[in-house]
Amino acid sequence: MPTLQVILNEHPHAGRDALIPVLQQVQEAQGFLSRGAITAIGRHLGLPASKVYGVATFYNQFRFQPLGTYHIQVCRGTACHVKGSLGTLESVQRLLAIRPGGTTKDGLFSLETVACLGACGLAPVVCVNGEFFAGMTPEGLRRLLDTFRKRGTAHDPGT
Amino acid sequence: MRIEINERPVEATQGETLLTAIRRAGVRVPTLCHMEGLPPTGACRLCVVEVEGQRGLIPSCSYPVYEGMKVRTHSPRAVRARHTIVELLLSNHPDDCLYCVRNGTCELRKLAEELGVHQRRFTGLSRASRVDVSGPALTREPSKCVLCGKCVRVCEEVQGVGAIDFIGRGSATKVGPAFDEALNLSSCVLCGQCVMACPTGALHEQSHVKQVLDALRNPEMMVVVQHAPAVSVTLAEAFGLPPGRDVDGKMVAALRRLGFHRVFDTAFSADLTVMEEASELVHRIQSRGTLPMMTSCSPAWIKFVEEFYPGFTGHLSTCKSPQQMLGAILKSHYAESRGLDPAKIYSVAVMPCTAKKFEAGRPEMIHDGVSDIDAVLTTRELAELIRMHGLDLEALPPEKADDPFGGRSSAGKLFGATGGVMEAAVRTAHYLLTGKEMDVLDAVEFRGLEGIKEARVRVGDLELGLAVASGLGNARALLEQIQGGRSDLHFIEVMSCPGGCIAGGGQIIGVDPGAITARMKALYDIDARSAVRVAHRNEGVRTLYDTFLGEPLGEASHRLLHTHYTPRHVIT
Ligand code: SF4
Ligand code: SF4
Ligand code: FES
Repeated sequence: MPTLQVILNEHPHAGRDALIPVLQQVQEAQGFLSRGAITAIGRHLGLPASKVYGVATFYNQFRFQPLGTYHIQVCRGTACHVKGSLGTLESVQRLLAIRPGGTTKDGLFSLETVACLGACGLAPVVCVNGEFFAGMTPEGLRRLLDTFRKRGTAHDPGT
Repeated sequence: MRIEINERPVEATQGETLLTAIRRAGVRVPTLCHMEGLPPTGACRLCVVEVEGQRGLIPSCSYPVYEGMKVRTHSPRAVRARHTIVELLLSNHPDDCLYCVRNGTCELRKLAEELGVHQRRFTGLSRASRVDVSGPALTREPSKCVLCGKCVRVCEEVQGVGAIDFIGRGSATKVGPAFDEALNLSSCVLCGQCVMACPTGALHEQSHVKQVLDALRNPEMMVVVQHAPAVSVTLAEAFGLPPGRDVDGKMVAALRRLGFHRVFDTAFSADLTVMEEASELVHRIQSRGTLPMMTSCSPAWIKFVEEFYPGFTGHLSTCKSPQQMLGAILKSHYAESRGLDPAKIYSVAVMPCTAKKFEAGRPEMIHDGVSDIDAVLTTRELAELIRMHGLDLEALPPEKADDPFGGRSSAGKLFGATGGVMEAAVRTAHYLLTGKEMDVLDAVEFRGLEGIKEARVRVGDLELGLAVASGLGNARALLEQIQGGRSDLHFIEVMSCPGGCIAGGGQIIGVDPGAITARMKALYDIDARSAVRVAHRNEGVRTLYDTFLGEPLGEASHRLLHTHYTPRHVIT
């Protein structure tokens, strides 16, 4: 993965027009937009950090915390909604005490909502690190999180 | 070209906006996000009108006129739309208007009244948000923000700072510094121009009114006050008097009735600043020191350099600002010579400025726990105190400020307007370099509201390159030129607020732009009428040098009247 500096070097003399592509590339490379990255991007493009942060927070695609060991995507598409995905989302939020875009303090879990995972037959569906889990009721979800939590401590969280 | 507004013919010019034509026709269409002199954003939609042939309502602030256009500004549909917009703005607005600092000057309240909104039809989710009191001069109350974006625009487009911006989107949108951090970690320089732009109470100064009242009620304290040059030509407007009225004497009378034991004039120490600064300039030129020298009386400008151009701190004059010079003299020489304990003197400054509150709190301005200045009141806060005490400013017989720091030359008074410090300094630098007064004291090339004013002025056998920047955006432009290699300048004046202190961030809110010109004229009228127009002929200043300071740039001056600057690490 290219480093921040490499990405910035690919955009010499760039200005405001390049902001979104640069943000995307940096997030792609680093998994999220760190404070350091945001100020460096601003300096490179001649924009105040407040502008870069403002633009980035306008779009759902950007995150400001590193991904957790387990990245949970809760589908909020129509089919999943009808099958109760709001309840699923709310229970993740409650159980992990984070909001979409957030990462737990121990670095184990991060949360994101997506418009449609394209697996409507499995509604309400949750995707963890690319793996799909069907029919995720609040209760099923609690068990799923427990499984990961047990597995997670075996890993070194946050690395 | 001809257009028609409300069935009456109106002359319009190609390229102007419909709003401009409407206003010229004597019709008022309400606006919220519109800013004179900046390109329109069309964010608030309050200025909508009906244009024949157009299906939707048209935001007049961002729509150009065209030949034969037929406009109805107050059709039932347009009026209804505006009404609804205001209702929606109020739907999640806090209901604490009675306690709000903008009670009386709130544009939202005025709109509600004008549009006849008397009922709450919608109740939006109130936005729970923290009040940000982190800054040493400003407070943000995001729950009162109507997202008009004016503060964001002034900060970025006029001041070139960009400390704040919109964050997030949809109903969660808010305005704040980068990373939604507190203001004190941001690059905000506390100029207060956003406060002047804000239609509501979402942005305001940190009040020092209570501290000052406490000091005034404390029998152990001797409370002294100084007032800045731009205050006396603005204060009247807070009491409905026309802009440009100089109420110097009445204000002094009011300050005494408020209980201040001594009333001094910051224009006195502005004269002192001129003596030191002109001497410093001459010294830098003669000793091949760092040039161009840049003025240092505008604290937001100092913070700006420390944050954005730390390599330029050596260009800043080491002179403290007039506020701090007088503050330092009061707590040292003045206290000593009268046998007073400096800790028992409470020193207040009335300023047209919010950044002066920050300046007073700079560690360099505090010695052994005693601050040179204990509290800074804005012009607005002084007006509040005057009202609170039931004083009728207009009816008060004028009084004179106290000796020994009440007398001024009109050069010191000019500090209130952009170009004024330059004009005052040139008058004295000329005298210092040649031993003669200038033939013509008026330096008209430095007067007026232009962003950057420049002139080459002959002083003896020297030709000096002089420049004046009004507002931080223009100052940045000048700094960029110098960074790019420009080397013909000797001296640069910067005032952080466009127009200078007469348009400072602590001034009266909600006046029309013509008021700035009127205040400026008032200062130049004072200068034209004055018997003493150069700082070096201020008797009080001369006495201070003779009896205490010795020479400009001497040991005592160095200790009390000069300072230093340090790079600042903030989120830029
Ligand atoms: S005080 Fe000045 S620098 Fe700070 S946010 Fe307001 S406009 Fe920007
Ligand atoms: S803080 Fe004031 S000026 Fe800034 S967007 Fe909100 S209402 Fe407008
Ligand atoms: S004033 Fe025209 S859209 Fe706000």
